[in-house]
Amino acid sequence: MPMTGVLRPGHAVLRVLDLDESVDFYSRVMGMKETGRDKSGRVYFKCWDERDHNSFVIRKADTAGMDAFGFKVLNQATLYRLESDLKAYGVNTERIPAGEMLETGERVRFQLPTKHTIELYAEKTDVGNGMPYINPEAWHADAEKGIAPIRMDHCLIYGGDIDGNKKLFEDVFGFNLVERVLLEDGETALAYFMTCSTKAHDIAMVRHGEDNKLHHISFLVDSWEKVLRAADLMSMNRVSIDIGPTRHGITRGATIYFFDPSGNRLETFCGGYQTYPDCHPITWTWEDVGRSIFYHDRKLNPAFLSVVT
Amino acid sequence: MAFHAITIAETGESFRCDERKSVLEGMESLDKRGIPVGCRGGGCGVCKIEAVHGTFEKRVMSRAHISADEECAGIVLACRVRPTSAMTVRVLGQMKKAVLRVDGCLSV
Ligand code: FES
Ligand SMILES: [Fe+2]
Repeated sequence: MPMTGVLRPGHAVLRVLDLDESVDFYSRVMGMKETGRDKSGRVYFKCWDERDHNSFVIRKADTAGMDAFGFKVLNQATLYRLESDLKAYGVNTERIPAGEMLETGERVRFQLPTKHTIELYAEKTDVGNGMPYINPEAWHADAEKGIAPIRMDHCLIYGGDIDGNKKLFEDVFGFNLVERVLLEDGETALAYFMTCSTKAHDIAMVRHGEDNKLHHISFLVDSWEKVLRAADLMSMNRVSIDIGPTRHGITRGATIYFFDPSGNRLETFCGGYQTYPDCHPITWTWEDVGRSIFYHDRKLNPAFLSVVT
Repeated sequence: MAFHAITIAETGESFRCDERKSVLEGMESLDKRGIPVGCRGGGCGVCKIEAVHGTFEKRVMSRAHISADEECAGIVLACRVRPTSAMTVRVLGQMKKAVLRVDGCLSV
């Protein structure tokens, strides 16, 4: 199916405990570009190769965690169609006027069964990636500044009713299930990995006792070499590393899990495979859950199921 | 450079913590155990402790895990406090074991 509805993850809005420390981390260590600050104190960032004004937003708060995760949709007509599809499905929606987030059009906001806030939008100002649309170079200096991810790629969220989430993403937005992990009973899902594109995942979810929790926001880099370079930069800057560099069995991505200065988990990864709507989903059973998450260690680390914000 | 002895009340185990490091970092860098290690950034709450004796400097901690009252009572996150004297701490945080029940609850 050509991409006609939800295009891709568009922004993540995270809470941080110390704004200055976080701005320094995201701009200097992550190497993202600060693109603006608004009256309410939110700070906006984009990765070097992203063209839209922002993909990652932070605000100071007294807790860590995620306020909202946004998906860009094809156009304004698609936005309103998906809004009415959500309503017909029985989901309450709210419109946030254009401009409430910098350089971002009207947003349609709703809650998942796991109580995470999701936003859809069609418009965000194209500020470019620093290279022209006619006869560009392959990259420029920002591609080597800090960890320098290419884009904000996906999120993994934790909550109770992940079956309800999966059904909503499938039935309303046409997402495909790419991989899943089953619990001991061989029926109940521990995790779903879903896509709206040909990426191995655009959003993932793990069953958890508490709703509305963030496991990680993930950023793409383009080679294993750059995953290792990211790990070096993390050590140089004393960044808290959770695990890695290693590989996931699920999606086959090569990865590092690490934390921002407020304890929000991030990931830098490369690789993974492409999928299409005709691809049979992959299932991991409980006996192999360790290998599915951490392919080399072949066991879960204690933080995987417990440490969230 | 100054070091302070940190004693874990439950086990009696102790380690020497560089006063420039957090109690959690100090524990980890000597490969000692006792306090669960999570984000190391004051956000996840798994390293929650009660400072029973001793003095420390602290940084901002998530209110989802440390209420204002708790903070006044010396209940803190080990990753956000640096010792300024010898300390005795009680471990309050818990790392759930990787045993997930079908109803979605983690059992320890
Ligand atoms: S380790 Fe997460 S709050 Fe201390
Ligand atoms: Fe991920």
